[in-house]
Amino acid sequence: MTKKAVSHCIAIAGDFTIVNAAAVREQLLAAVDSTEDIEVDLSDVTEIDSAGLQLMIAAKRHVADKKKSLRFIGHSAAVLDALDLIDLAAHFGDPVLLHSRA
Amino acid sequence: MQLDDVLHTFIAEARELLEQMEESLLRIEQSPDDPDLIAAIFRAAHTIKGSAGLFGLDRMVSFTHVAESVLDKVRNRELRIESELAALFLGVCDHLGVLIDHVAENREPDADTHKAGEGLVSKLSVHLGQLPQADAKTHAPVEHTASVEHAASAEVGGADTDNWHISLRFDRGMLRLGMDPLAFIRYLTTFGEIRHIVTLTEAAPSLPDLNPEECYLGFEISYHTEADKATIEGAFEFVRNDATIRILPPHSKISEYLRLIEGMPEEELRLGEILVRCGTLTQAELDDTLRRQAAGGEAPKPIGEVLVEEHIVLPRVVEAALDKQKQVREHKAAENSLIRVNAEKLDEHINLVGELIITSASTALFAQRANMPDLTEAAARLSRLVEEVRDSALTLRMVQIGATFNKFQRVVRDVSAEIGKDIHLEISGAETELDKTVVEKIGDPLTHLVRNSMDHGIEPAEVRLAHGKPIHGTIRLNAYHDSGSIVIEVADDGGGLNKERILKKAIERELVKPDQPLSDQEIHNLIFEAGFSTAEQVNNLSGRGVGMDVVRRNITALRGSMEIDSAEGVGTTMRIRLPLTLAIIDGFLVGVGGSSFVIPLEMVVECVELTAEQTRAAHGRNHLDLRGEVLPFIRLKDLFEIPEPPLPVIDPEDDGFMAGISALPGSAQNSVILTAEGAAALAADPDLAFILHPVKRENVVVVQYAGHRAGLVVENLMGEYQTVIRPLGQVFNGLQGIAGFTILGNGLVTLILDVPGLVKRIARNEDRLNAKTAYLLTA
Repeated sequence: MTKKAVSHCIAIAGDFTIVNAAAVREQLLAAVDSTEDIEVDLSDVTEIDSAGLQLMIAAKRHVADKKKSLRFIGHSAAVLDALDLIDLAAHFGDPVLLHSRA
Repeated sequence: MQLDDVLHTFIAEARELLEQMEESLLRIEQSPDDPDLIAAIFRAAHTIKGSAGLFGLDRMVSFTHVAESVLDKVRNRELRIESELAALFLGVCDHLGVLIDHVAENREPDADTHKAGEGLVSKLSVHLGQLPQADAKTHAPVEHTASVEHAASAEVGGADTDNWHISLRFDRGMLRLGMDPLAFIRYLTTFGEIRHIVTLTEAAPSLPDLNPEECYLGFEISYHTEADKATIEGAFEFVRNDATIRILPPHSKISEYLRLIEGMPEEELRLGEILVRCGTLTQAELDDTLRRQAAGGEAPKPIGEVLVEEHIVLPRVVEAALDKQKQVREHKAAENSLIRVNAEKLDEHINLVGELIITSASTALFAQRANMPDLTEAAARLSRLVEEVRDSALTLRMVQIGATFNKFQRVVRDVSAEIGKDIHLEISGAETELDKTVVEKIGDPLTHLVRNSMDHGIEPAEVRLAHGKPIHGTIRLNAYHDSGSIVIEVADDGGGLNKERILKKAIERELVKPDQPLSDQEIHNLIFEAGFSTAEQVNNLSGRGVGMDVVRRNITALRGSMEIDSAEGVGTTMRIRLPLTLAIIDGFLVGVGGSSFVIPLEMVVECVELTAEQTRAAHGRNHLDLRGEVLPFIRLKDLFEIPEPPLPVIDPEDDGFMAGISALPGSAQNSVILTAEGAAALAADPDLAFILHPVKRENVVVVQYAGHRAGLVVENLMGEYQTVIRPLGQVFNGLQGIAGFTILGNGLVTLILDVPGLVKRIARNEDRLNAKTAYLLTA
């Protein structure tokens, strides 16, 4: 095996919107380049907009092209709400149950 | 639900709009092609619908929507407002009025209202159904019409769904403009329900190619709402130019979905599937669509279809948006020029101005006493300003009577249809202003008078023809200002009052004695007696619970009076006379004995000296020869039994005194107009001062009310005096000749004379006397 970490975890906190979309894209690109298996923790996302959702879609598409894997985990209420609104939850195939914080 | 301020505003506005709509409808019958009137009617309906939507008054929205759809066709010259349609829309107005009343009273409309509404909707739908292509344009989200339209559209291949279909494709630059597609979708959920949504992610590239600040998303939404197309379009108002938006109403034709599929950038099959997934189309419908598509447009195109072609649909969207913007702007403009003020605040303001007037009068008085020219001048300036403030304060309460008059267009229209007479209404003096409270209270009495004139005044067509009159009767409403009062006339060109019949009835009811001499005026006034009604006068129109006696009581309560002019065969004029203002008057201060009185200045015509010569010429009867006219007068001293002040008094009837006066050169015999200044000038002249000094002089203040002149004999004329009328307490209710009291600048209380009452009293005495004389002469 290479020295590359098998699993890499990125946490996105606060905004996941047009405001920081460019930065998050860089972060995701870097992670996909360096890691086979990526987890993106969304539990601290307080706000998400179309730009954020698009990034999620594009990231999934990117790892599919590279034959790697990327999972979104710990969807916060804001993310769940947005996914629910435009009925995209199924698109990602990630378990989207709200984790109990207890 | 509590009624909040905004809802109150809505109710008030909606009522105003309905009034405008009604007025326009009545006018449009005369000129059915006037685009301004059509636009006004349409705008009223449209605005009511829009505002009602804001408050979630779904029933009102759906009802108005149908009406608006018909009006839209009128606006597009597909329909013409003939009398039948105008009548239908007047019904619509009434129904909306009822709905608004329900909202105002915060209760649900009852079954009758629903029934009435549905009846109107089905009548309106007939007009919608006349031209089938309208189905494509106007889809009412109402159950009852939906069923009609559904049936209609099924024939031409409509989809089965109850839901709207919305296709959204956003421009790439959307996000950079600060617009978030999610926000718009979220907004949609505030007035409807997203049944299904399919997010189109295909356009989004892989991460390396993604510009994170561009928008790649598209949505297909199946949406259920009671709102109309304009509302849905309104949701996307801000992104109209930055997105491709297609909104298909429920039950749209298959061909329209086909067009949608063709119009979108996605692969056709994929989009078709999406429509199925959304539940907008069934698989069978999709198959049908694709088959038609394959057939290459051989299917016949209904006209409605053409409209949906992109270059036609878009201008419509734009037009709707522009319309809305314009409305917002117009609304703003109206808001800027008008302020709604609570009437109570206005009353308080006017009360304060009243206090100010009294205080300023006393300031002027004290300034005069202090004999300081500067102070006197300042006080004079103050008085003048206060006078201006008073006038402007009073005009705040003044409204034009036109709005009240215009309501009668409808009354006349309805009643003439009801009783089968052709009657026209003519309005003049609509710009005459009067106090708002008076306007509010005058409506009912006026309605009664108008209905009365139409019913009893105007003769049936045959009788009119026989008398050589035009076949259509005319009711005239007129208003004008006359010596401090406003006069409202209700005139008809009908048969006039039948004096004999009235007299007979009055004698039957023992209202008058058979041998009682009565003037014409008195006979006419008998119809104001309680319970007076001739047999011929009873029918369904009079059965409104308001008799002429009630009308008169209402008018009297407003300090007004009523009179009747009637000529048999020519017509009757009912004249209502009301005080212009209710609180503040310019007064004329006079003195009698030790007391002073205020006479409303507007009713004063002139002041004349009453010479002993004239008194003698009257032979003990209270008449005066005023430039050749007979002027009846009344001595306030006798009327109010004012005791003589403790001064050495020379009896004016004394012969020696009389001789002295008649010896005076010129002036006395020539009815000198004597003002306070004049009196002062006389007093200053040593040669003439004796006229004033030892002898108690009498002056006649000539007052006029309702066409009658009378003289009030007083001793001193003290000049103009601005004053606030204060009502007398209950104890003084029976007091005749006094309208109220006021407080003078020096703190003394002064009574205000009830000039209308006094004039009437004098005139009545005259009439009776004349009638009696005539009676005795003929007998």
